[in-house]
Amino acid sequence: MDDMVVLIEPMIPALRRYARALLRDAAAADDLVQDCLERVIANWSRRRDAGNTRSWVFAILHNLAMTALRQHARHGAHVALDEVDESAMAARATQEDALHYRDVLGALAHLPEDHRSVLLLVSVEDLSYAEAARVLDVPIGTVMSRLSRARARLLAIMEAGPAAAAKPALRRVK
Amino acid sequence: MSLNRPIQEEDLLAYVDDALDEASRRQVEDYLSRHPDVARRIGGYAAQRQALRDALAPVAHEPIPPELNLARMLEARRARRAAPWRVAAALVLAFGLGGMGGWSMRAGMPETVASAGIAALAREAAASYRVYASDPARPVEMGAADRDTLVRWVSSRLQRPVALPDLSDAGYRYMGGRLVATEHGPAGLFMYDDAHGTRVAMLVRPMAVQGDMPMKAHAQEGVAGYAWAASGLGYSLVAAESAQDLHPLADEMRRRIADSFRQG
Repeated sequence: MDDMVVLIEPMIPALRRYARALLRDAAAADDLVQDCLERVIANWSRRRDAGNTRSWVFAILHNLAMTALRQHARHGAHVALDEVDESAMAARATQEDALHYRDVLGALAHLPEDHRSVLLLVSVEDLSYAEAARVLDVPIGTVMSRLSRARARLLAIMEAGPAAAAKPALRRVK
Repeated sequence: MSLNRPIQEEDLLAYVDDALDEASRRQVEDYLSRHPDVARRIGGYAAQRQALRDALAPVAHEPIPPELNLARMLEARRARRAAPWRVAAALVLAFGLGGMGGWSMRAGMPETVASAGIAALAREAAASYRVYASDPARPVEMGAADRDTLVRWVSSRLQRPVALPDLSDAGYRYMGGRLVATEHGPAGLFMYDDAHGTRVAMLVRPMAVQGDMPMKAHAQEGVAGYAWAASGLGYSLVAAESAQDLHPLADEMRRRIADSFRQG
């Protein structure tokens, strides 16, 4: 069990970052990470693939996050973009940075969950495409096509402003 | 190794993620130098990737809050798992002073101690049922729509996952539930009703001594039911004594709970 602490502890900052980026609520995100760590402890001896600890742990967190987001959506507790507390996301150095960050995180919020996850796992958490595929439990080809669409869409939103997100042409997802 | 084929979108994505070997990277760069429109888009992707990383980096640099101290979580879990044996040892010691006469031993555990655990569970389930099932206005605190939230809440308070069986095949609709207080700490109370409005409730809480116990009938002061323990959790399904026999429903419930843990 103590090798578990050695392996898992260094991942905690990244797990918190992924959960917070998805949930956009610092307290709820940490609750989720705690839940995830409890499961890691409880299932440590039963994990199948010891070589892929990182994707195993991220998969647990990802599934918990998706359940939480679905519950959130079902209860209609949708947070309007204007109400999102960006200070929950990041401390920042300058006013200019603040605008910049709000842009990218605000734009990210316009993407559907499956696009957001793949973008965060690959771009921010540095998971390989194969690891991301394991976390999301989809074929690697799906990771690539989601990533491609997510990047194109995020770019369009950032260039045209949030209005672009509402355009039907950009909403179309196969 | 170079690509030896037309450039694909995936190569461009891998270029953004710095996932290409040297030769392929040079090939993509060469391609981009000849296609400024694509280069502009890929440049945008790279900037977007960097912006996301920069925006989220501070989260990873925050100090880890005490609730996420892994070593302590592990320690707490070890202590929880050890606790039942300490309690058992203490009980054996206490009873042991009075001599072993009249005791039947069962899996190393005095029968009286084990059945006392189930009896307490049954008593607590009956007490909760009397208070909440008879409440016309608010029998449950969290309704069926909040099912997952309640299960998560109860699991976190009981510090182990609990399963909430679906009994609709048996004609019982899940109404909702709440966290209740017992002599032995927090417990989950889940309520169901049938087409006639008959309410049944299941109480679940960790068992201090005997983690696995066969099903036993119990009845007291107008409330009857069946109690058992499996994998460290004690369950008691109760209803008004006048209601139909709960035995088949309790069996069904136990089976479904076991199934959901096997799948989970």
